[in-house]
Amino acid sequence: MTGMNALLEVSGVSVTFDGFRAINNLSFSIAERELRAIIGPNGAGKTTFMDIVTGKTRPDEGKVLWGEKSRSLLGMSEAEIAKAGVGRKFQRPTVFEDQTVQENLLLALRNPRGPLSVLFWRPTKADLARVDELAQEIGLADQLPRKSGELSHGQKQWLEIGMLLAQEPRLLLVDEPAAGMTLGEREHTTTLLKEAARTRAVVVVEHDMDFIRRLDCKVTVLHEGSVLAEGTLDHITKNPQVIEVYLGR
Amino acid sequence: MTTSFLRRTPSVLWFLGALALFTLTVTLLSEGYGTGTIPTSFVKTLGMTLCLCLVAMAMDLIWGYTGILSLGHMAFFALGGYMLGMWLMYARTEIIVVQALASSPLPPTPQEIRDGVAVQIFGVVGGSELPWIWALAHSFWAQMALVVLVPGLIALIFGWLAFRSRVTGVYLSILTQAMTLALALWLFQNDTGLRGNNGLSGLQNLPGLDAVPQSVMSMWFFWASAAGLGLGYLLCAWVVSGKFGSVLKAIRDDEARVRFLGYAVEHYKLFVFTVTAVIAGLAGALYYPQAGIINPGELAPIASIYLAVWVAIGGRGRLYGAVIGAAFVSLVSSWFTGGRAPDVNLGFYTIRWVDWWLIVLGLSFVAVTIFAPKGLGGLIDLIERRRTPNRHGADLGPSKGSFREGEAAAE
Repeated sequence: MTGMNALLEVSGVSVTFDGFRAINNLSFSIAERELRAIIGPNGAGKTTFMDIVTGKTRPDEGKVLWGEKSRSLLGMSEAEIAKAGVGRKFQRPTVFEDQTVQENLLLALRNPRGPLSVLFWRPTKADLARVDELAQEIGLADQLPRKSGELSHGQKQWLEIGMLLAQEPRLLLVDEPAAGMTLGEREHTTTLLKEAARTRAVVVVEHDMDFIRRLDCKVTVLHEGSVLAEGTLDHITKNPQVIEVYLGR
Repeated sequence: MTTSFLRRTPSVLWFLGALALFTLTVTLLSEGYGTGTIPTSFVKTLGMTLCLCLVAMAMDLIWGYTGILSLGHMAFFALGGYMLGMWLMYARTEIIVVQALASSPLPPTPQEIRDGVAVQIFGVVGGSELPWIWALAHSFWAQMALVVLVPGLIALIFGWLAFRSRVTGVYLSILTQAMTLALALWLFQNDTGLRGNNGLSGLQNLPGLDAVPQSVMSMWFFWASAAGLGLGYLLCAWVVSGKFGSVLKAIRDDEARVRFLGYAVEHYKLFVFTVTAVIAGLAGALYYPQAGIINPGELAPIASIYLAVWVAIGGRGRLYGAVIGAAFVSLVSSWFTGGRAPDVNLGFYTIRWVDWWLIVLGLSFVAVTIFAPKGLGGLIDLIERRRTPNRHGADLGPSKGSFREGEAAAE
């Protein structure tokens, strides 16, 4: 809503898959260091929205503007968008299972990404210290030399969050972080996300109402590819339209 | 990751040590420099096997580490052989032509020599002019540069087109097959300028060194092949030891995730595809002088499939696995198909290995893939007592070339 100091500004975006309108004239904006939750029933376009912002899907129309210079993210590759500062966490934990926790974090660490610079790159003391610090933060300090494929589901989720933090993105898109987690793991995840939102913008897509309540932030409700309501959780849970399409079911 | 390269990859010292020991043993038992226990023909077979090990290592880098099942790397291997073969053939023929013209009253002009060479080389396909692709054939260094440049550029252009369209998995494998088949068909034509299905021959003789017996020359090539394999191992081990190897394995297991980390996956694929094509070309340039002959049959798609079979049987994703696989399978293969394996008489049917070997190889490939996905290299894990981590049966990633659970080893 804040045109001037928005970090990401999505306006009038539509995308159609085989005649199905996944996103319909969607407008959305998020400021620096803002925590935002997105909810919506299945097929509301939450994942497609993330696909558009991260460059995986090209919209048919609309604008996606980024940063102070209002650079368009459309036409940039996934890797370029990631380098510009958009990090994404998938629903399923996606860490590189054949590699150790340390290798996973070093991969994500903010450093030159070109093949030649990576070929000659060797970690400095500062890099390793940063990895230790991140591992501490995500509670995997004693797991650094372990292959990440051996970690538990929750630990993999945290490792992925740790990798995202290592990327130092300005905007973090998180898809259903609490799925499949135990209660204790959910609490730890909430803390991690709220902590992350102090230094960057974080968008969390989630189904779980209790989880969103704990995040304690502004909520956007998506329905049939566009924004149905926006506001605090209490505000939107009282919205009759929202109750009808989502909460009432 | 802080420790030195050798500490991080202990297999390098073991490998180089074993290779040096092997080279020394063969040298001491050779006809040219030792007791003569190993016949020269077998020295050549061993030297060629080392070259096959080198190209298998390149295959492991592209398939085992990066997850791209290229079925075209033997085309790069053969192209390397063709490029060096052109010089070998030209230079030797030139000497013969100069000798023949020496008796003529006037000293021959360079043009006469060139024409003479052209008739000698291309008479067999009914040509008498030197095709333009032979323009640099008189120069060793130019052809050596082409050994690197031709496979490198073809791989660069092909890879650029394929990777930027995000062709992956089995579709990419089919494309690489089509590439090698197209090259083979092109080379089969007489007017391509590489002597059609006759190919290039007489490559075992180095120009101007007719006095050196094959028993000695075979050892030179054997040493060169051993050195090539050693250097190749060092290079590949260095490439995969650091973060670069980490990115490659990540691309293999989940390339979409790597993109969202900010790595331009296509650039990495193109880099590895091109570098491995160059390694394959160099291996081919060392191989064909030992084989003595090269023809377009060498680019047949089956050759590249064999390469994948060697790496699979040896164990993907570990360099020594590729070397063990290539050496073991190609040596056993030549034993069975060379008619040396005794026939098995079952009374009602006689198993002749020349006919049955391919079936045995096919079955062992299937068996290894299903029952021992780590391949022969997995035996090293048994010795080192490395165990396979329990990942609850899940593959390591969603990408088409990603590792299956059974292929991984715990550190």
